[in-house]
Amino acid sequence: MNIIIIGNGISGITAARWIRKLSDHKITVISSESDYFYSRTALMYIYMGHMREVDTQPYEPNFWSKNRIELVKKHIKEIRSESKSLVASDGTEITYDRLILALGSKSNKFGWPGQDLKAVGGLYHLQDLERMEQYSSGLNRAVIAGGGLIGIEMAEMFRSRNIPVTMLVREKSYWDNALPSEESQMISRHIKKHHIDLRLEKNLGEIIDDGTGTAHAVTVKETGEKIDCGFVGLTAGVSPNIGWLKDTEIETNRGILVNEYLQTNIKDVYAIGDCAEMKNPSPGRRPVEAIWYTGRMMGETVAHNICGSKTKYDPGIWFNSAKFLDIEYQVYGTVLSKPLAEHKSLYWEHEDGEKSIRIVYDENTNEVIGFNLMGIRFRHEVCEKWIAEKTQLEQVLQDLSLANFDPEFYEQYEGSLVKIYNSNTGKNLSLKKKRKLDQVLKFLRS
Amino acid sequence: MSGIQKLGVALFCIALVIFTGLLGWNDFKLTEESLYTTSDTHKKALIAEAKSAGVLDKNYNNNISFIKDVKQVIKAAQTNLQNQYNENPPSDVSEWEYKIGDWEVKNILTPTIKSSGHGWVSKNPLTAFLLTFGLAILGGFLFIIPKFFKSPGIKNDGIYHSSLTRGLKFGQRLFLLVFTIIGTLIYGFKYMGGNYFWPLVTAIVIGIILFLVFNYQKEKNLQPARSASSEFTGWLGIFAGIYMIVFYVILYWNSEYLTNWITMVDPISLSLSGNEASQWFLYGLLYTIIVFVMGIRMISKYRHNKYQIVRTCSVIFFQTAFAFILPEILVRLNYPYFDFKNIWPLNYTFFFDWNINSLIESGGLGIFMLVWGIILIILGVPIITYFFGKRWYCSWVCGCGGLAETMGDPFRQLSDKSVRAWKFERWIIHGVLAFAIIMTAMVLYHFFTGNSRVLFFDSNNIRTWYGFIIGAGFSGIVGTGFYPLMGNRTWCRFGCPLAAYLGLVQKYKSRFRITTNGGQCISCGNCSTYCEMGIDVRHYAQRGQDIVRSSCVGCGVCSAVCPRGVLRLENASGDISDRAEELRTIHITEDQIGIL
Repeated sequence: MNIIIIGNGISGITAARWIRKLSDHKITVISSESDYFYSRTALMYIYMGHMREVDTQPYEPNFWSKNRIELVKKHIKEIRSESKSLVASDGTEITYDRLILALGSKSNKFGWPGQDLKAVGGLYHLQDLERMEQYSSGLNRAVIAGGGLIGIEMAEMFRSRNIPVTMLVREKSYWDNALPSEESQMISRHIKKHHIDLRLEKNLGEIIDDGTGTAHAVTVKETGEKIDCGFVGLTAGVSPNIGWLKDTEIETNRGILVNEYLQTNIKDVYAIGDCAEMKNPSPGRRPVEAIWYTGRMMGETVAHNICGSKTKYDPGIWFNSAKFLDIEYQVYGTVLSKPLAEHKSLYWEHEDGEKSIRIVYDENTNEVIGFNLMGIRFRHEVCEKWIAEKTQLEQVLQDLSLANFDPEFYEQYEGSLVKIYNSNTGKNLSLKKKRKLDQVLKFLRS
Repeated sequence: MSGIQKLGVALFCIALVIFTGLLGWNDFKLTEESLYTTSDTHKKALIAEAKSAGVLDKNYNNNISFIKDVKQVIKAAQTNLQNQYNENPPSDVSEWEYKIGDWEVKNILTPTIKSSGHGWVSKNPLTAFLLTFGLAILGGFLFIIPKFFKSPGIKNDGIYHSSLTRGLKFGQRLFLLVFTIIGTLIYGFKYMGGNYFWPLVTAIVIGIILFLVFNYQKEKNLQPARSASSEFTGWLGIFAGIYMIVFYVILYWNSEYLTNWITMVDPISLSLSGNEASQWFLYGLLYTIIVFVMGIRMISKYRHNKYQIVRTCSVIFFQTAFAFILPEILVRLNYPYFDFKNIWPLNYTFFFDWNINSLIESGGLGIFMLVWGIILIILGVPIITYFFGKRWYCSWVCGCGGLAETMGDPFRQLSDKSVRAWKFERWIIHGVLAFAIIMTAMVLYHFFTGNSRVLFFDSNNIRTWYGFIIGAGFSGIVGTGFYPLMGNRTWCRFGCPLAAYLGLVQKYKSRFRITTNGGQCISCGNCSTYCEMGIDVRHYAQRGQDIVRSSCVGCGVCSAVCPRGVLRLENASGDISDRAEELRTIHITEDQIGIL
């Protein structure tokens, strides 16, 4: 069988790898962005000089030929599903038996005046990185519009070269539509500590042309203030990169609509990753989830489906992670920025204001439903098991050390949570387990 | 960089220039007193020769012409004694006492040159020390201390933009490596007194390893490996590498040119052991100071990470106390020089006859040292490694590791992560281990039987060659000189026989592993990039596989640089083989997929 995958990001490549593990089908991965798969989440480290571009490539060049995965650098502009073929921008026609669309995202542009000027752009592709590099030397200031994960990455990048940064953030506090309020405020403080000019509840008005088609200032919508800058970062989220499919028979909404087997409405055409939109997402999950981990899971699932074992896409219990400048962030399960009435949380914050642990539980059943960590590492598998098994809060608290994943010699703060719980409830719980791996493994197998 | 930091860099550069310049900056005069030898016969012959050559009491204002003349004097005295012995053999002294052996020349030359110095450096050793070591330390701290006032966290900004740390192009790296290896082999031929046997054997072994790596593969795959090379060469790195390579060449094989530096540290040596300094004391002091100052830098960089702080304090402590001060105090108390933490086969001279004899001769403590050394080899290494992995030694105790983790930290990213490099690693490091074992077995055979020859190999030759090619060439010149060229663990990864031994224990019988945190890996590559041992950590992390690799020294930096908290160093007896298996999938739900 001849399988074509469009897109060499984490979703497409995971699909290719798993198809190879499961079968002998012919696999071709087509991309117009890069010769080899690289980790998109590591783009920032190239700019900051932590890594070379080649270091962001998880596999050596000879991996692909060894595993008989053919890489083709072409831009596909048309899908002819009736003849099961693709047309590339250079006119070549490529046929397929199964097609996987892993097209990724593009940076959102909300129609701001001047959004297509030079020295304006998001951070998603290698080409975006090149643009940032091009305008970085002698840059007086960068203005970043949008306060999500990419916005703060871009700010960190510019700050690593001592370039002044202004962030215009629509929300009251950084990323407060995803983070609970205390954590959101923690990150807002942390951003300011890094000498980033954080402007909350401000929107981008317009981007001003310097007369040569290049941005040289922006205005703030709310105040009309003009900020001189040599670069404007547009980081107000991403959306599925499906513009060129709009007029085809492939059914799309925000993304390419797929069923639980990741099939589109066209036979033998699948869509995975950022570009896919679930028709019936699992409860509590969004139809489009543009994150690394879901892309990887979809890649694996689609491989099983193509190779003959019908497998529903099941993203399992939600998890995610990020790093905000110096603060690592991990989340497991349900932690809402605006919690439902029955969601209560036990929250502890370190006095340095840069570490915290939050355990979310259901007030009625006392079942633990989520963990939110700042500056502290927890074990994925342990948290997931507690949530999956609807473990009682008190049980989790007493065993909490099993979840600790910080390096050796680090101070452990599980006791502080127990203390808070005890003082809230007048109970007298104590930690019953140590974080030893043997105990953890025993627990995971129980 | 702040103003204070710039000042620090400037002071350091000035100190380095003075330090380098001081090498030739002294006046020299060979006198009867300054001519150093323990034999009266030799001394008489040397003085007579020096007089007739007009070298005695002549003033020189640089060491190059002085050393040239003194070498000629020694050479002439050697010939004279040889002739005299042949013509008229004395009855009261043996032949080897009468003649000056080639091996004695070095022992006469360096101390003689040193005590013949009578210029500014000899008169003001402390001032010279302060202007070089002192100024460099001050500069270093001015550069490092401000880092403590910045916010803590991983700060790898600009490493690949810096000319010092970004590495070099493949061709240049290859050239420097090949040039160094061939140069060392040619010099080795001279070092062995024109005996080409061992240099030739070494060249053949290198050829075999190249063949094994490039041709002995199941599938011929000639596609280029991902190398550690930079797109643009960092010239400052090349300069630093060459400076260190030249330093080691002089230190090991031409120490007579270093006498001004040795003179500078005389006061410190006198106060510690009561003896004048040798080139090895100079090296030990320099080494310890570098580990200390750069250790503080390491702490400033990872001060949010307690594992790194504790570990760095440990290597500073073991270097200062065990490797440097304690042996000097032992010497002061008339005990043998002994480094309690240096374990055979890294300490390859441990079973040499002179070492065993000197330990046995020095009574109870000496015997204890001998037993201690053997216990470390047969019990210490396997037992401690079983519980904690090889890190207990390589990144907590060892001196080579100590230097790599402190001075070498800025270069850790330059290790090659390709599978090809891994192949080289396994052949070479186990080859060196085999070489060390064979060499030691022959030396011990010689010790116990008095017979130096096994088949057609001579135990004295093989141990001299081992000391030259592995002890000096590999561990010093390539091991440290190549920090800015091939990463800071070049010796530990490719050469150290003790690391090979520890690694075998770690791989097959140890509780140590690096665990990965479920499905949180984003394949960014920070862990692999900053692995000084060239382990492609990401390869394991992204498939949720625990990492059990013989080369891992447990420095913990992969875990520190991971932006998503995926890696953790652990000791546990649990399911080590289970979790280190390939094809571990965390998500998607496993029970749905039968084949997993």
